[in-house]
Amino acid sequence: MIELKDLNKTYQVGGEPLRALREINLTVDSGDYLSVMGPSGSGKSTLLNMIGLLDRPDSGSYLLDGVQTENLKEEARARLRGENIGFVFQAFHLISRLTAYENIELPLMLSGVPIRSRRQQVNTVLEQVGLGNWASHRPNQLSGGQLQRVAIARAILMKPRILLADEPTGNLDQTSGRDVLAVLEDLNREGITLMMVTHDAALGERAPRQIKMIDGAIVSDSRRERGDRGEHREIAGSTSV
Amino acid sequence: MKLLDQLQFNRQLFARHRVRTGLLLLAVGIGVASVIMLSSLGEGARRYVDREFSALGNMLLIMMPGRKETTGGHPPLYGSTPRDLTLDDARALSRIPAIEAIAPVIAGTALVSQQSRSREAILVGTTPEFFQVRQLNVARGSALPERTNTDAMPVCVLGAKLKQELFGSRRAIGEWVRVGDRRMRVIGVLEERGESLGMDLRDLVIVPVRTAEQIYNTQGLFRVLMELSPGADFRHVEERVREIIRDRHEGEDDVTIISQDSVLAAFNNILTTLTLAIAAIAAVSLLVAGILIMNISLISVSQRRQEIGLLKAIGASRRQVHQLFLGESLILVSTGCVCGIAFAWISISIVARLWPSFPLAAPWWAVPAAVFTALLSGLVFSLIPARRAASLDPVLALRGSA
Repeated sequence: MIELKDLNKTYQVGGEPLRALREINLTVDSGDYLSVMGPSGSGKSTLLNMIGLLDRPDSGSYLLDGVQTENLKEEARARLRGENIGFVFQAFHLISRLTAYENIELPLMLSGVPIRSRRQQVNTVLEQVGLGNWASHRPNQLSGGQLQRVAIARAILMKPRILLADEPTGNLDQTSGRDVLAVLEDLNREGITLMMVTHDAALGERAPRQIKMIDGAIVSDSRRERGDRGEHREIAGSTSV
Repeated sequence: MKLLDQLQFNRQLFARHRVRTGLLLLAVGIGVASVIMLSSLGEGARRYVDREFSALGNMLLIMMPGRKETTGGHPPLYGSTPRDLTLDDARALSRIPAIEAIAPVIAGTALVSQQSRSREAILVGTTPEFFQVRQLNVARGSALPERTNTDAMPVCVLGAKLKQELFGSRRAIGEWVRVGDRRMRVIGVLEERGESLGMDLRDLVIVPVRTAEQIYNTQGLFRVLMELSPGADFRHVEERVREIIRDRHEGEDDVTIISQDSVLAAFNNILTTLTLAIAAIAAVSLLVAGILIMNISLISVSQRRQEIGLLKAIGASRRQVHQLFLGESLILVSTGCVCGIAFAWISISIVARLWPSFPLAAPWWAVPAAVFTALLSGLVFSLIPARRAASLDPVLALRGSA
């Protein structure tokens, strides 16, 4: 469902060009669970933003469900993003003046769903992340793990088929991190495509498919079949470092 | 996004930033209130003048000697004329049936003294009909008698203030005063009344027109006031007056005739223009409020970068972000308008209660104009912040960096 071909992206950092993505070729199937690992600055987040339609490539193509995305207008990209993609961020990005319920409700509000039909959907996802009793709490009254679960609830509210998580446990202690991960993996088991950026090797290895990036290029893409230790496959022609 | 949602979203925002919201409301409110209040001052002045004129009865024609015309050389002046306007001219005019009352006036200043007290006063030499034309009443004694139409009788009527200054609380009727170098008997005292047509009626001494001719040794009248019968046509009467004057003045109608209507219309024009000008000056404060909104919105955009980035990440389009920020300003400005209108309305009714004689009232256009200007300024000045918010790169915004 996700198909990246020869994707390139260069940023200007302090006047110097920085190649954030080089010749990225990647295909992700529906229901995949993959982790993206690599040192900081290796382009992991840029890749995630690219897939999440938050960023545009300089060259190359990105097919989402067969739709050519790189030349779409901003409005169309916003719609595609709203319908297909859920984001979970390291810093949660909840709006502090809104309650958990209201934060989760935002995507429905933006897409113009009437207030009455929202309640049920919001309550469903609240239950799904185990926060049924915390709906009316504001972010400053919730723990880190709860905050991330609110963010996940918001991300899955629109029933996206792809969930992009950028260091979802980066700001959490181990216990909360494990909780959050469990929620994410549950969602994957139910069919959502989960793509998680992390630099925590232990976390990354939980994913059946692992991608390693260095300096904007994918240097390894290994897939482990359920139960086995996984085959490791070097990407041909990748000129890393 | 539904309108209700936008309102709710912004309400939560305002509730969170109470001080910021309060200050912006104050700025807009003051602007709107000042437009309404200042324009109602101007409108009050207009109504005041209007009322003063109407009190004279609006069927008045005023004739002055000389013609108002551009004669070349000098800027437009009252053209001078070798021929005076005389009492006989005035008398000839009374042939016109539409003229109900006619009052020739010789005016000047005179020293009025009684025993050791003396005052400089305005002297009006006229006929009994003057009282009818100017709607004057005597508080005590009587007005000029009929005989003064033809005779130079040594009698006078004093203004209320002049009487007070000369006689104090003593009885003045029947006493003698010296006007210039003549002795005259006081036969009446005018009712207490304020200024009218720029003349302080309380400081007046009225004498028979023949007497004034002698005092100033002139036949020339200062004015002729004519009251027309109800329903008379001003233009027709003016034509007739000019005809008669032409007959008597060797074919020249060398007089200037103004009707009270035209004076009132001129005043109305001036005061309406003035009111508009004052309102425009007050509207500058709305401009200032607009700039304040822009500044604060720009700060708000940079403070809420992450929120904007997030909204985009969860599917908000440029248009929606734009709409959210514009909506925020418009809601603020509308609320500010309501506060301003309420404040202005309360202030005006308080002032109206304290000074009931001054007809303070907002003109009909004040509220729409103030609201329109406020909304326009709010809209224009929040376009830049809204556009900046809408064009934020979500990736950078979420990272919280430039």
